[in-house]
Amino acid sequence: MGRRFSCPKAKLLGIAPIPEMLDKRLVFVTGKGGVGKTTIAVALGLRAASEGKRTIVCEVSAQENASRIFDHTQVGFHEVEMEENLWAISIDPDESMREYVLLQLKVRAMRDMLFRSRIFNYLAAATPGLKELVTIGKIWELAQLDRKVKQGRKYDLVIVDAPATGHGIGFLQTPRTFAAIARVGPIHSQAQQLDRLITDEAHTGTAIVALPEEMPVNETAALEHDLRSEVGVSVDRIYMNGLYPQRFSNEEAERLAGLAEGENGAIRAAARAAVSEHDRARSQRAQLARLRRRVEAPVRTLPFLFEPELGVESARRIAARLA
Amino acid sequence: MPSVGDILEGKDICICAGSGGVGKTTTSAAIATGMAARGLRVCVLTIDPAKRLADSLGLEQLGNEAKRVDPSMFEAHGLEMEGELWAMMLDAKATFDDLVARQAPDEESRDRVLGNRIYQQISSALAGSQEYMAMEKLFELHTEGRFDLLVLDTPPTRNALDFLDAPRRLTQFIEGRSLRVFMRPTGLAARVAGRGAAVALSVLKRIVGFDLIADLAEFFNAFSGMVEGFQARAKRVNKLLADRRTCFLVVCGPQGEPVDEAVYFHRKLVEAKLPFGGVIVNKVHYPAERLRRQADGLDLPSALAARLGDEDLAGRVVENFADYQALAERDAANIERLARELRSKGVIRVPYLDEDVHDIAGLTEINRYLFASSEERRALAAELGGG
Repeated sequence: MGRRFSCPKAKLLGIAPIPEMLDKRLVFVTGKGGVGKTTIAVALGLRAASEGKRTIVCEVSAQENASRIFDHTQVGFHEVEMEENLWAISIDPDESMREYVLLQLKVRAMRDMLFRSRIFNYLAAATPGLKELVTIGKIWELAQLDRKVKQGRKYDLVIVDAPATGHGIGFLQTPRTFAAIARVGPIHSQAQQLDRLITDEAHTGTAIVALPEEMPVNETAALEHDLRSEVGVSVDRIYMNGLYPQRFSNEEAERLAGLAEGENGAIRAAARAAVSEHDRARSQRAQLARLRRRVEAPVRTLPFLFEPELGVESARRIAARLA
Repeated sequence: MPSVGDILEGKDICICAGSGGVGKTTTSAAIATGMAARGLRVCVLTIDPAKRLADSLGLEQLGNEAKRVDPSMFEAHGLEMEGELWAMMLDAKATFDDLVARQAPDEESRDRVLGNRIYQQISSALAGSQEYMAMEKLFELHTEGRFDLLVLDTPPTRNALDFLDAPRRLTQFIEGRSLRVFMRPTGLAARVAGRGAAVALSVLKRIVGFDLIADLAEFFNAFSGMVEGFQARAKRVNKLLADRRTCFLVVCGPQGEPVDEAVYFHRKLVEAKLPFGGVIVNKVHYPAERLRRQADGLDLPSALAARLGDEDLAGRVVENFADYQALAERDAANIERLARELRSKGVIRVPYLDEDVHDIAGLTEINRYLFASSEERRALAAELGGG
């Protein structure tokens, strides 16, 4: 059982209008590595939960980033309650596979026999993309009102902290790829079903998390394009994360640069830190403008948090700013 | 603290590994540039460089072949290029197709594989093939022996293990040995394997459908003449990765999570007996101790207000400085933990520069840190600390 955190609903309400994306049943939070996907996925979960939606945040790589945010609660392949209305699960592909095969075969002994066979283990380990497919299968299962697993809890909203888009769209494209590999048969129809889920705009949303730097901006624009043209997914939101505050005007920055030249020690260091931040904040604004020109989805900004490690309270602060 | 130049002394191959978003591509380009400037013939194999970086290196029209970067580009930035810098962008599908063409016993087998639907999917769309093809291309270039040093920018993987495991997973799949044995229902092997296997296969057919099994069989048949070639090659690729003239550099950021991943990656490299060279930590805010010491005994807000004649502005400068120091302290603590975990001094820090790095000037700037001697490093640290 996870540790509970107090849920200061009042603090969240009325700060920013709730993103309409959270009215869908399933939201994928995607983007390249190191952009803050997990924090934003958890923040979206906190936000939805505070609005009274029964929400589950799914971690799909085995790294348990979400549990790291939740004070290192061990999440694992169980639906763990984090707060009122908020659950988390870390989807392990091997466990998903066991569950999936059992749902198909219905007989535990038969499943266990299959898992003991060499041919099955070989195929399961060697087939590229199979892990991703069964992971998406488990996400589909979680999003069902009529859960397939025994005594499955019903969720209003499933939020997926999707794996980092290494090269483009891999993860979300998996069902489509499998549907093409298996032309007919059960895998084909199930892969198609998963593909329909991913591309069902009415029920499934996608958010991309970006950073205000050259490469992440390019990759975000490319990702939005590929999601649309190759997977058939339109993006609901792009969150530009980690924006520095604009603390100084250009004129002030110039004065501070002058001060740094003529001073030593802490004054020089402080003035230089100010000038550096001013430069970065400006270059970030330029990247933000560039992103807005290059994408179709609405871009929302989130502030850089000057905190050593991002925890649940950081996610809560972000949650209040989500629009 | 060693410099990248010391670490790569006498090496043929440098593999930059790490999770996504830590500046791996830029670091790879900077290392290749630095080594080429020192007189080597270097080729950097990159995956997806930022457009401006690609443009500034003249790489925008690059295909799957190495191309020399025009040396005059470096002269414009005051960098004397004693050696040669070559670069290529990896095209996983083209590399895979080339490999098939090379391994196929005849044209017919080659076309059967290239035309196979399952092959087309795994060679372009599915995870793992890119990692494997990166290593394959590395092996090919190394065998050709045209370069003194190859620098590989690895594809971004979800975790370190995926990268190291990809060749094994993919070759196993192509081998399809156990499956091909079971596919022949009347074969001797199936009889030897016994009834259990036959039952497993029938259960499997029920789950995945007969057609997929049949398609897989066709795929494995198409590959059958090449399996041994692939296996032999994979073995040689693995041997090359473990060679003492190969060097893995782990690239990470200074936050808790990337540092955890670097520690994990280092452990996996050691377990796999692969040659670890060091860790490069990018975007470091530093040095905290020095800043803190300088602030001691000084009423910074008043001193700043007096100099600036503006209390409000002074307040914001102090606030900004405190935020910066908090990050610098975090970075220092994480890097200390990293150094402790690695039990080595192979941790190279690159500061968080004011500008994004996406051109030759930026690469040159990064190289001041990557290639600095201990003495130069101290001078640079002093410069950054404002002293």
